[in-house]
Amino acid sequence: MRVALFVSCFDDAMFPGTGRAAAAVLERLGHEVVYPPGQTCCGQMHWTTGYRQEAARLARAFTEVFTGADAVVAPSASCAAAVRADHPRIARAAGDPGLARAAEGLAVHEFTEFLVDVLGVADVGAVFPHRVTYQPVCRADRLLATGDRPLRLLRAVRGLDLVEMPGAGECCGFGGAFAMKNADVSVAMVADKVGHIRDTGAEFVCAADNGCLAHIGGALSRLRGGVRVLHLAEILAATRGQGVPA
Amino acid sequence: MTGAPAPKFAAAARVALADTRARRELRAAAAVFGRRRAAVPEPPDWEALRAAGHAIRDAALLGLDAHLERLERAVTQAGGTVHWAADAAQARRVVTALSRAAGADRVVLDDSLPVRELALDAALSRAGITTAGPPARGADPGGEAEDGGGAARVAVAGVDFMVAETGTLVFVEAGDEPRASGGEAETLVAVAGIETVVPEWRDMEVLLQLLPRSLTGERMTALVTCLTGVVPGDGPREVHLVLVDNGRTRVLEDEIGRDALRCIRCRACHHVCPVYERTGGAPYGPVHTGPIGAILTPQLRGVESAAAASLPYASTLCGACADVCPVRIDIPEVLVHLRGEVVESRRARPVPPPELVLMRGLAWTMGEPRRYEAALRRGTRWARLAARGGRIRRLPGLLGAWTDARDLPAPPAEPFRAWWARRRR
Amino acid sequence: MSARDEVLRRVRSALGDERKPPPPVPRGYARRSAEPRADVVALFTERVAEGGAAVRHVGADELATAVAAALWGREVKRIAVPADVPYGWLAELDGVRALADSPPLDAAALAAVDGVVTGCAAAIAPTGTVVLDGGRAQGRRALVLAAARHLCVVHADQITATVPEAVARLDPVRPLTWITGPRGARGLEVLVVED
Ligand code: SF4
Repeated sequence: MRVALFVSCFDDAMFPGTGRAAAAVLERLGHEVVYPPGQTCCGQMHWTTGYRQEAARLARAFTEVFTGADAVVAPSASCAAAVRADHPRIARAAGDPGLARAAEGLAVHEFTEFLVDVLGVADVGAVFPHRVTYQPVCRADRLLATGDRPLRLLRAVRGLDLVEMPGAGECCGFGGAFAMKNADVSVAMVADKVGHIRDTGAEFVCAADNGCLAHIGGALSRLRGGVRVLHLAEILAATRGQGVPA
Repeated sequence: MTGAPAPKFAAAARVALADTRARRELRAAAAVFGRRRAAVPEPPDWEALRAAGHAIRDAALLGLDAHLERLERAVTQAGGTVHWAADAAQARRVVTALSRAAGADRVVLDDSLPVRELALDAALSRAGITTAGPPARGADPGGEAEDGGGAARVAVAGVDFMVAETGTLVFVEAGDEPRASGGEAETLVAVAGIETVVPEWRDMEVLLQLLPRSLTGERMTALVTCLTGVVPGDGPREVHLVLVDNGRTRVLEDEIGRDALRCIRCRACHHVCPVYERTGGAPYGPVHTGPIGAILTPQLRGVESAAAASLPYASTLCGACADVCPVRIDIPEVLVHLRGEVVESRRARPVPPPELVLMRGLAWTMGEPRRYEAALRRGTRWARLAARGGRIRRLPGLLGAWTDARDLPAPPAEPFRAWWARRRR
Repeated sequence: MSARDEVLRRVRSALGDERKPPPPVPRGYARRSAEPRADVVALFTERVAEGGAAVRHVGADELATAVAAALWGREVKRIAVPADVPYGWLAELDGVRALADSPPLDAAALAAVDGVVTGCAAAIAPTGTVVLDGGRAQGRRALVLAAARHLCVVHADQITATVPEAVARLDPVRPLTWITGPRGARGLEVLVVED
């Protein structure tokens, strides 16, 4: 299968390892990965912060780049949710039926969902001999109905000791603009989250989105939490002989 | 209202967060609710009830004019009197006049949402009428006289539902908050938001399952009273229903925002909200709090004030509220919609707010790949200079709120797209 | 313009001219139940007890004894009863004075009683609720709500298997009081009569 990879602007600049890992997993499973040139940003941040016109501009640009692809895969849960659930809403708010049709015509998948539902695999051949805990991505998981797909993938990783995080279902406090506009509440939330993560005794906390991970990781780093954050795709990309990704 | 403008949510939340005892209590209350709910297994038809509740409340709102007229006829026919109030001041005048006409110098007032919304306590006091809360039910009746209870001539009670078909007023009491709807007063003044109407009596078979479980976690609340007009020999000799708009029709105008009016005031969304759990109700303002308050208040009052405009942003959009709401209000999507309304209302300002300038600039840059790539190179270079030991500990301007308590990793020298281009060569 | 016309005008203008009729209400929830009667009655008993109220099953011929025993057990000395309570229910009272609410007892008289004995209009098994509608043997609302103890006689055939069945059976034009569990200091005690 020919897979069009969408790497969010945030991941492009800040966490390029995630895109590399997603490409590696898909290629290892025998699929062709393309990276459509001209892609920039899905407009999620603009839309969820209230900038409708700006979001529409970015959604149009996104749709132009990806229209015609067999499958678009995004290793960013929030961006996948933004494209699938928000783009039609953005189009409606902008009164742009053409954009709505184009947006609804795109086959966009979140990375773990693509592996489990479309490719039908749970075991991607990864080896990661570490203690890991998992944090869901609340809004995206709701909009995408992600369910336990990430957990199924993690359970199949050789050597991985998956520990359940108490209160995993509670939001980490990131929420995009919320982390800035309501920094105090956001930090109070992540402080509790960091406590729960530490309680697991895990070496790594993973998620399917680098937004939440930057927030959690930023707090862990400031509080010298000793636990590292890692995108789920990077765990799935790890194989024997490879060290822990930096 | 006079005095300083209300603070923005973030500022009020900072104060609330510092109150560690209040935070402990909020957390304990949320835990109690969670335990109670967990103790009573969800009925197998819960999702079907939610779907029905959603549709019933939508039907009520989409035919609101007809339902209100039908309700008025039914109440009148049953011997009650219907009054209308376009705003809070009118409602206060009506209630005060009714209390005076009944010759009351003491009025029993419950602690329901409409009573608080209209600040009836203060209004009656200003009119020289003493107010008291309803006595706890089953309290030793002899004790009532001492604490100022006892039978008052007039009781003012907030209505939970009203049935258009029959003119029935429904009062739902959890064990710990008695309502003034009991049979003691000679005159009952029932106060209701116009949106609380439901079309038919049989709709109550759904709402009387959804509300109790969502309100207290129990299968049924301690007491439910259904009262249709005046019943000779039983209860109040006069029943007045005051139908209050006070901004609700303004909410109804917004096709997305009107979903907030489906609310049956169960507070389930409060109990599961991670923000409310930490801030409590105060930062949301005096009447509507929690996730539903964050979508209702900006619509009722408009988003011109900074305080009201900050409410739609008082959420991470995590969706815990939408998952639990018995009438399936998609609170996160209404929040996003209202954020859009806030931004639109700021576009026309002569001096654009800094955030608008920033977001517009970002969209302009990101909307075109070459501009984006140039900015990416500049930004990466700059951020790597600002980092020490691979971490950025202080960001300037609007982003400073991030680094007050969180680090940010320095961006790697090679963005993904550069790596991809290099690999392909 | 009157407040009434103003509010209705605003509602109409908010909803606009091109209104679509709301979609029909999907009533796929449990409305009726085919459970055997005995199970419905057993569920009611279980839920009343779970709610913290005392509940006992009695045969019709034992009712008078059961009422007397329940009141005696709680050391109740003075009760108020609806004027039309069946005489048979109170036939065996021992050391208990029953005041009929006819003419209506005033607040002071109500305050002086220890409890009330009533029947009900319907009962709901899954919630353990009794519903009074002011009909036969149920009295006015003030009588029931003022008393510290409430002994409620429920006939087995009054128990419904679902909330919708109860709503269908009740007449909303009558004053309805739904009571579930004991509230505060108030004690509810239920006698289920198997006819
Ligand atoms: S919005 Fe909140 S209070 Fe209103 S019905 Fe839904 S959960 Fe209950």
